[in-house]
Amino acid sequence: MLMKLISGDTPRSPILSVILAAILLSLAFAPFLFPGTRPLDTAAHICIFIILVASYDLMLGYGGIVSFAHTMFFGIGAYGVALSLEHMGRSFGAVAFGTVAGMILAAALAFVIAMFSLRVRAIFFAMITLAVASAVAVLVSQFSTLTGGEDGMTLKIPRELTPAFKFHDEKILGVRMNGKLLNYYMVFFSTLILFLVMLRMVNSPFGSVLKAIRENAFRAEAVGYRVVVYRTAVTVISAMIAALAGAIYALWLRYVGPATTLSFDIMLDILLMVVIGGMGTMYGAVIGATVFVLAQTYLQDLMGTASDATSALPLIPDLLNPDRWLLWLGVLFILSIYFFPTGVVGRLRGAK
Amino acid sequence: MSQAPDHAPTMQRLNLVQRITPFVPALLVPLIALLGLLFIPSGSSWLTLTVSGLAMGMMIFIMAAGLTLIFGLMDVINFGHGAFISVGAFVGVTVLLLVPGMTAAPSVGLNLVAVGLAVIAAMLATGVMGVVFERVIVRPVYGAHLKQILITVGGLIVIEQLIHVFWGPDEIFLTRPETLKGAITFAGAALEKYRLLAVGVGLVVFLAMRHVLRHTKLGLIVRAGVENGEMVQALGYDIKRVFVLVFVAGSALAGLGGVMWALYQEVITAHMGGQMLILVFIVIIIGGLGSVEGCFIGALMVGLLQNYTAFLVPKLALVSNIGLMMLILMWRPQGMIPVVKAK
Amino acid sequence: MSDAILSLKNVATDIAQYHILHDVSFDVPRGKVTMLLGRNGAGKTTTLRTVMGLWAARAGQVMFNGEDIAAQPPARIARKGLAIVPEDMGIFGDLTVQENMALAAVSGPIAADRLELIFTAFPPLKTFWDMPAGNLSGGQKQMLAVARAMAEDRQLYLIDEPSKGLAPAIVSTLVWAMKSLKGAGASILMVEQNFAMARALGDYAAVMDDGRIVWTGTMDELANDTALQENLMGLSMEVA
Repeated sequence: MLMKLISGDTPRSPILSVILAAILLSLAFAPFLFPGTRPLDTAAHICIFIILVASYDLMLGYGGIVSFAHTMFFGIGAYGVALSLEHMGRSFGAVAFGTVAGMILAAALAFVIAMFSLRVRAIFFAMITLAVASAVAVLVSQFSTLTGGEDGMTLKIPRELTPAFKFHDEKILGVRMNGKLLNYYMVFFSTLILFLVMLRMVNSPFGSVLKAIRENAFRAEAVGYRVVVYRTAVTVISAMIAALAGAIYALWLRYVGPATTLSFDIMLDILLMVVIGGMGTMYGAVIGATVFVLAQTYLQDLMGTASDATSALPLIPDLLNPDRWLLWLGVLFILSIYFFPTGVVGRLRGAK
Repeated sequence: MSQAPDHAPTMQRLNLVQRITPFVPALLVPLIALLGLLFIPSGSSWLTLTVSGLAMGMMIFIMAAGLTLIFGLMDVINFGHGAFISVGAFVGVTVLLLVPGMTAAPSVGLNLVAVGLAVIAAMLATGVMGVVFERVIVRPVYGAHLKQILITVGGLIVIEQLIHVFWGPDEIFLTRPETLKGAITFAGAALEKYRLLAVGVGLVVFLAMRHVLRHTKLGLIVRAGVENGEMVQALGYDIKRVFVLVFVAGSALAGLGGVMWALYQEVITAHMGGQMLILVFIVIIIGGLGSVEGCFIGALMVGLLQNYTAFLVPKLALVSNIGLMMLILMWRPQGMIPVVKAK
Repeated sequence: MSDAILSLKNVATDIAQYHILHDVSFDVPRGKVTMLLGRNGAGKTTTLRTVMGLWAARAGQVMFNGEDIAAQPPARIARKGLAIVPEDMGIFGDLTVQENMALAAVSGPIAADRLELIFTAFPPLKTFWDMPAGNLSGGQKQMLAVARAMAEDRQLYLIDEPSKGLAPAIVSTLVWAMKSLKGAGASILMVEQNFAMARALGDYAAVMDDGRIVWTGTMDELANDTALQENLMGLSMEVA
């Protein structure tokens, strides 16, 4: 049963299995294990980034394509839900419509970009996605009457998903039985299901062809696989899942804005999570997202403390300033690509 | 030794279409200018916008020329190139701010010396950075595009952040040297002096590059290397050394472009290079990766289109250039002047 | 064959994960033309490219004038006096014929008498001197490829299937040019499928199969023994 659920793709390392089980259990019971708003928010973030990173890894780790437009697809999903809730009223129908519309738009856009770039050279894709994504980000902030511009939009989500909705009057294990809890479990189960679907995908014949293409595109073509078709397909699928993640994220945050969905910083976060976790291993997405979101949430505070503590020294406090968080991410990123190209998962599997 | 067997060469005559085809890309620049003239109501605004578009195009060309050659020669795609633009701007502006006496004086000579000093400092700094970047970031990942893209993006971020560390988190404002301020009036149109200077500098850089590429041995090696690096090595040239040279020259040019862009915008931020990189990529894609001529034509087209759309529909400036890129790729999937790869 | 200009000893070469050359050992005598023969996929082109340093040998020695050049980069090897005319000719199509020739002359401008010789051998090159080499016909490109190798004195020429797809008139021009190279004292190692040409030019022959040398001897021996040819290559030279 379990083997079937994970498509026979086991973690292949005892330590990794334990860590993954711990993450699964922590996320599944997060509202009960870690009371408080911030920990729950962190758990939901981890879930959403697991989807986002795993879908990105479909492209990068399995398709061998670098995209800088993943946050654009993420944003399209988020804005899709936001706009439909704004214009169609507060209902699940609007949520469904916005989500589906966002996914379709993302798929169409991904298809067009893929057709233009992958047909010629896979590296065009990296450059073109960068250009298109930044153009979309500029458009979103400029058409502020529609999108709220830089300020973004606050969402009126269906009442059943807000703390105001109580489905049980008494607390259970000290946790309020309200819409927020439902919202969290919507996020959690969506993540679980999408992750298992993606795991199934990479272990299907489709996934095997992708791996063959990643190893040697020429040979795959020679054996008779239409490389462009497969790469385009994985790009479109990945974009749709990213849009779905965006929709879920918008519902969780009850807010969309350029900084939370479209910004290049989030794109970098995704890249880092994929690389740290391990490219081409779905489990890497889980590890990468968890480690990274935890570090982001709690390490920045630590940097602030360290910066204050060293304020007497030259340059050091500037380097440790929490605003320079990205500097250290960049260094970490370069070092991981050099020294741990297979990421945490690759390391753990290699150690056995 | 016996006589060589007879062999009569046959001359193939090219028909009209074949003879015109190579010039089509170059004709697109005036075509865009003409289209601009159709849509822009006033002739003087059109002239102002055209000069400004050409100036912008020249600056983008200076930033992009190195990148396209770096790709052509070693198949290296460097996302860190944007960082050189930013560093060039910060170093150049720092120098300009150090010599307020020279920049504020109403003397063409002193002003140009100040700008010259800024340019030299910027190009030196980015040239040296190029050496280090090539050695540390790029060399370990030759031949692996995926890693190259990721690692050079990492390099871009780290350098941008280091700029914040050294120059502070805020943007820096500057004013142009005294004699480069203001505009001259020509045919009723106000043409900013600095933009005219930028057009001049861009032309000089382009012609100098063309000269080196066409009339020196080094240039021959570079052009041949873009097409078939292996054969260049088999003839006896160490292409890796040539590549390092091109990488450094390209980085220094990015630094020059950075200073010029700083003087054009009169404000600099650490992210400016990353932002320019988007236009630079569009230019080298539509020009044809590895082609300096294509890069030049593409840069002028992008500069003109950007300025015309910014005037007509300000919100669509960047989108119009992406549209241009899509059109060009539909017409020629490898860019306007595709470099024939031997392999 | 005591005086070998090139001597391969137990050379093995991999391309990606494939073992292409297993154990190649043979000598190329100085001042002679040696033909490298064998079926398609036997490893002939790989042998030439390994000698030139374009693919690195995993094991073994490539002795050129008594020095092991196996681990050296191609540019260094070229400067020692080797030149390759690859199967795809390696013409720089964006460069003019003149520029192609200028690049081939590594140490300086081509001497006038040498240029005269090249123009005598290959008149089309003179006609199209300032045209992009990409516009040349296939035969003219092959002439340029050989002419490029002749731009300077080289001691050893590695020539890969020069006659492939060419008209007989052009083939005879190439044969003439290579004889003049040999006449000037150079050594040649040539891969050739055209047996008439191989026989016309070759002094010695080495036959490969499956990444190994299976026979070496003089060209005459091989040419006069049809049974041996069938045995070695599954083909008879007399057919050609």
